[in-house]
Amino acid sequence: MLELFQHDFVQNAFLAGTIVAIVTAVMGYFVILRAQAFAGEALADIGFAGATGAAILGISSLLGMFFLTILAALGMGALGERIRGRDVEIGMVLSFALGLGVLFLSIYTQTGTNASAGVGILFGSILSVTRGNVLITLACGSATLLLIAFLFRPLLFASIDPEVAQTRGVPVRLLSIIFLMLLGITTAETVLVVGVLLVLALLIAPAATAMHLTRRPLTSISLAVVLGLIFTWGGLILAFVGTGGHLPVSFYITTLSALSYFISIPIGRLRSPRRYREQPRPCRECGSR
Amino acid sequence: MARETQEPVITLEHVRIQYGKQTILEDVSLTVNEGEFVAVLGPNGAGKSTLLKLLLGLLKPDAGVVRVLGKPARRGNNAIGYAPQHRQLEADLALRARDVVGFGLDGNHWGPGISSARRNAIIDKALLEVDASAFADAPIGQLSGGEQQRLLIAQALLTNPRLLLLDEPLANLDISHEQEIVTLVAKVCRARNVTVMLVAHDVNPLLPVVDRVLYMARGHATIGTTDEVITSSTLTQLYGSPVEVVQALGRVFVVGAET
Repeated sequence: MLELFQHDFVQNAFLAGTIVAIVTAVMGYFVILRAQAFAGEALADIGFAGATGAAILGISSLLGMFFLTILAALGMGALGERIRGRDVEIGMVLSFALGLGVLFLSIYTQTGTNASAGVGILFGSILSVTRGNVLITLACGSATLLLIAFLFRPLLFASIDPEVAQTRGVPVRLLSIIFLMLLGITTAETVLVVGVLLVLALLIAPAATAMHLTRRPLTSISLAVVLGLIFTWGGLILAFVGTGGHLPVSFYITTLSALSYFISIPIGRLRSPRRYREQPRPCRECGSR
Repeated sequence: MARETQEPVITLEHVRIQYGKQTILEDVSLTVNEGEFVAVLGPNGAGKSTLLKLLLGLLKPDAGVVRVLGKPARRGNNAIGYAPQHRQLEADLALRARDVVGFGLDGNHWGPGISSARRNAIIDKALLEVDASAFADAPIGQLSGGEQQRLLIAQALLTNPRLLLLDEPLANLDISHEQEIVTLVAKVCRARNVTVMLVAHDVNPLLPVVDRVLYMARGHATIGTTDEVITSSTLTQLYGSPVEVVQALGRVFVVGAET
C-alpha cells in the first residue's frame, strides 16, 4: 500500500483531504451551533455555478468557487443578523445558483471536450486535485483556522446568545458576515474533495457526532477534527485498496460519516441516561461539588 | 436603601423614543438609586423592553438624556449585567452550564481563551451564588426553564455590575419556581447592593421584595412605591382609561386594563 504514495495524485489527494477534513470539522462545530447547515449547502451549490462558470472562462474552478461563494456570503450577511429561519430566501438563491450552474455546464460541455466535468464538480474528484490546488487549500485553510481561533470566544457567545453578546460589545453582525465568508471559502475547498452535493457530509457529520459524545466546546472541536480525518483517510484508503475495487472516494467518506453519526446517537444517550432534573432542595454546603 | 446624597444609578430626563410616526416613549423622566429593587410593569408594547435597550445603549433617545452611573448609556458597559427575555435552548445544545455562564466573564474577549483555575473559581462562585452548582456540568439544553434562568443571572453577575437588568425572568415559570427566582434576585440585590430593574407581567410575586415599581403604559411611566403607583387613580391617569385596582386574598389585581 505504501508504494501508492509514490504517485503524485495520491499524495495530493491525501494532502487536500487532510486540510479539508480539519477545517470543515472546526467550521462544522459553529455551523451546527448557529443552525446554518442549510446556508452551508447553499454556499456549496453556489460554488457549483462558480466552478462551471470558471470552466467556461478557462480559469481554475477553485477560484471561480471562491469568487461566487464569498459574494454570496456577503449577500447572506447583509440579509440579517442571523441566517436562522431564512430558509426560503436561501432556498431561492440555492435553486437559482444551481440553475446557473446547469447553464454554464451545458455551455462548457458543448464547446469543450470534457463531457464529464459536471460529475466531478457535483460528486467530487479528489483524485484530480493538483499540487496548486493543495497549496491554495493549505493557505486558505490555515488562514481560516487562525481567524476562527482569534474570533473563538465572541463567535461562540454570539452563536448561542446574540442578544446578550451585543450588549457586551460583541460585533454580532460583523461576526456573522465574517463567519459566512469563511464558510464560503471552506465549502469551496470541500467541493474539491467530496463535491457540491456531498459537502454537508464533511461539514456536519464530524462535529455533530462529536457533539453527541462530549459537551465541552474545545473537546468537541478536537474530537470533530479526529473524526473528520478518520472519515477522509478511511474513505481514501478504502477507495484505493478496498475490496470494492474502484468505487468513488465520496461514497466511502459519506458512508463513514453517516455510520458514525447514527452510531453516536445511542452512545450519547447511554453516556447521559438521566436527563438532569431540577434538584428539589439545592444544598448549599454540598452543592460546591 | 436610597441615599439622597449618592449619585443615581439611572437617570432619564424627558426621554422620547419614536419609530416613524409611532411614539414608544414620551417624556419619560425617572431616577433609580443604588441598591434599589425596581419592578418594571405594564402591558405589552408599553415600552418596557425599549427602556432596557436604552439603558444598554442599543437605542438612542430621539430626545432627552439617558445616564447610567452618571455617564451616557453605552454598549459593552461592564457596570451593567443583562439577562434577556429567556428562550428555551435546544435540548441537544452541546454546551455545559458553566460554559454559558463563562460568556459573562470573557465571552467578548478575542482569542480562544485558556481555562485556568482562577477562571473556574470565579465561575464556580457565581454558580454557587445562584444555587446552580448542582448542575454546573450538565448540558444546558437539558435544564429546566428555572435552572436556565439562574444561569443567565449568574452570567449577568460575572462582571460585578452595579446595575442588573432582567427582562421577564419569571415568564413561563410555575409559581414555586417563580418564587425561587424572586427570592434569589432579592438576595443578590441586598447582598451586593446592586440596583435591579426586573421586567414582569404580574406584580404579585414581587410585592414582598421590591422597593419601588415603575409602571409603564402608552409610552408614559410612573415610578413610586407599590402603594403610590398601583392605585385606581394613578393607573387610570396612566392608562388614560378607567382602571380599578382590586385587593383580594393578599393579592393585587388590576382590572379594566389589558395587563
